[in-house]
Amino acid sequence: MDTFVQQLINGLTVGSIYALIALGYTMVYGILRLINFAHGDIYMLGAYAGYFIARWLGFAGEPSVAGLAVVLVGSMLAAALLGMAIERFAYRPVRKYARMTTLITAIGMSLLLENLSVVIFEGTPRAFPELLHNSTYRLFGNAAISKTQLLIFGVSIILMLLLQWIVYRTKVGTAMRAVSFNLNSAKLMGINTDAIIVFTFALGSALAAAGGVLTAQYNPTIYPLMGIITGLKAFVAAVLGGIGNIPGAVLGGLLIGAAETFVVGYGQLVGIPSTYRDAVAFAILILVLLFRPAGLLGTTVQEKV
Amino acid sequence: MKRTLITLGLATLLAASFACERRGGDNGTADNGGPIKVGIYGDLSGQTSSFGQSTKNGALMAIDEINAAGGINGRKVEYVMEDDQGQPQQASTVVTKLINQDKVAAIIGEVASSNSLAAAPKAQEAKVPMITPSSTNPKVTQVGDYIFRVCFTDDFQGAVAAKFATNTLHAKKAAVLGDFNSDYSKGMTQYFVQEFTGAGGQIVAQQSYTQTDADFKGQLTNIRATSPDVIFVPGYYGQVGVIAKQAKELGITAPLLGGDGWDSPKLFELGGAALDGNYMVNHYSVDDPSPAVQKFVAAYKAKYGIVPDAIAALGYDAMNVLADAVKRAGTTDSAKLRDAIAATKGFGGVTGSISLNASRDAVKPAVVFELKDKKLVYKETIQPSGGAGAAPAASPAAAASTAGASSPGTNANAPANTNTNAAAK
Repeated sequence: MDTFVQQLINGLTVGSIYALIALGYTMVYGILRLINFAHGDIYMLGAYAGYFIARWLGFAGEPSVAGLAVVLVGSMLAAALLGMAIERFAYRPVRKYARMTTLITAIGMSLLLENLSVVIFEGTPRAFPELLHNSTYRLFGNAAISKTQLLIFGVSIILMLLLQWIVYRTKVGTAMRAVSFNLNSAKLMGINTDAIIVFTFALGSALAAAGGVLTAQYNPTIYPLMGIITGLKAFVAAVLGGIGNIPGAVLGGLLIGAAETFVVGYGQLVGIPSTYRDAVAFAILILVLLFRPAGLLGTTVQEKV
Repeated sequence: MKRTLITLGLATLLAASFACERRGGDNGTADNGGPIKVGIYGDLSGQTSSFGQSTKNGALMAIDEINAAGGINGRKVEYVMEDDQGQPQQASTVVTKLINQDKVAAIIGEVASSNSLAAAPKAQEAKVPMITPSSTNPKVTQVGDYIFRVCFTDDFQGAVAAKFATNTLHAKKAAVLGDFNSDYSKGMTQYFVQEFTGAGGQIVAQQSYTQTDADFKGQLTNIRATSPDVIFVPGYYGQVGVIAKQAKELGITAPLLGGDGWDSPKLFELGGAALDGNYMVNHYSVDDPSPAVQKFVAAYKAKYGIVPDAIAALGYDAMNVLADAVKRAGTTDSAKLRDAIAATKGFGGVTGSISLNASRDAVKPAVVFELKDKKLVYKETIQPSGGAGAAPAASPAAAASTAGASSPGTNANAPANTNTNAAAK
């Protein structure tokens, strides 16, 4: 029982990170019908931004809550700027062409960011500094939850609530929802759609960067290609929840995280080796596309943002 | 039918012309009195890039020393370095390039066994001798008679780890956590399990991960449930740091035990204090008082500003073994050079006396370290049992003083230098 609870906690931790990244995929898709393949790399660059901020401001040596907050907010801002730049210089110029053009641009952007990072940061993994003194709280039996895991749950929940508030309670959120319904009508209503699209990219990128910094607290190694698999799994999470649907992305992320951890934990009992953890996400993707293409929460009446 | 025949005919012609071209390439590498071209390949930008960097540093230092001393038989050594990004496919591509385009006389590389295994068939096919400094999987040199190695193999390394776990750690129950897509990891696991269960131990859990995994808590939670005495982690340094940290986080107190894949200047940066109390098997100790080791360590530090890891020492040794063979052969003609490398006996390297056995592997002792305060603390030296065909290698100190004159029985059990070494630490 304690092993089961432990695996569940492990799974939900990873799932929370997937959820944060999946939100960026889903929001951009909701507004532009674009799958932003560079999103996983923004998550990676967010982690690197956090790494350098922690180093430069001297938080690497002495863990503190203030240091963590500064690194988290700093990397989110950096990633937001990057997301805005990518939208402005890579996607906006091709937006007027067929959707396929933007999609291929996104794939190109992803490859560019990855290889540029290999050149700039070197391929060898780097140790991300510990920003918060980690300690473990015993629940019962052997089951334990670490401070890092609590941090990941806490920050993810706060950020998701914040996002929910922005989308449903603010003027810019209303504009985002309007753009997602119909870009041209929104434009006719006097909404500055370009500004709204930029804002969406900034928001999604900031969430991905938060995911990057939180992951780096959990598995304290970062490397330039870390965003590929994680990004793909977050994309699957967005599809599983129903792409374009914000609560769906969160649900999808948590489910994928739990599913892959249970494959590692219990797969051997039914003959699935633990190395199949990556395969399970894609098996889920195939099943979703076959049986419920709209995703778990994605229905035609659902508002898409 | 007719069309198939024509296609087949064309294909045969094409293949024949390629074969001719390759033979032509061979002639290009033959002895012409000019500089000797050596190809080096390794991972300079991937997840195991400290391996490629160390190999490069070690080999280049050897080349500089050789050239400063007037070259080999009056011929300077030139090198071509290729980056394979730590990917087997890429390793095969760059070795093909080294052979066909750069027309190198010999090749040094790789560290990761999967990469060497992907590239070795290319070298074998073109009959260009390839010396791997530090690929330990036995299959690597089985590719063919042009493939050599200057380090021990995993049947020995895995057994050493198991012996250490049984005899020194008194472990009865062991868990294994390895990368099961890696030939290195698979081989190590196989020989560890064989030796450990043979000695009466029990394998309580066998878990795996893949190279792209960053989270090991699922596997570690399962391992924790079986409460092993020791956890064998035959992986590479990039993952080990995180595994150690997450094991500590889950409250696992059993020590981790690994092999030379852990060896990297980056290991302690990645694992930090979580690595304390764990153990690794390696090729040599920088604290070995033998003059050969100390001279190498001092020169390396002066040149690169860091302490050389075993990968660097093996890169240095591989280049020197090659140079020695070229000197003895008096030519870079591939068949003669191959024979000269194969005849290497008692070569006094930094990592011990190097004698190649019938399967073109070096037979050398292994060193076990405890990881403590970001340092490798010497624990013990384990000698090969001598069953591998060649005479057991001498201890590094003996090898340095009298290269070649290794007396199997006497210094194999308790070399004097290892004792002082243990006392010094």
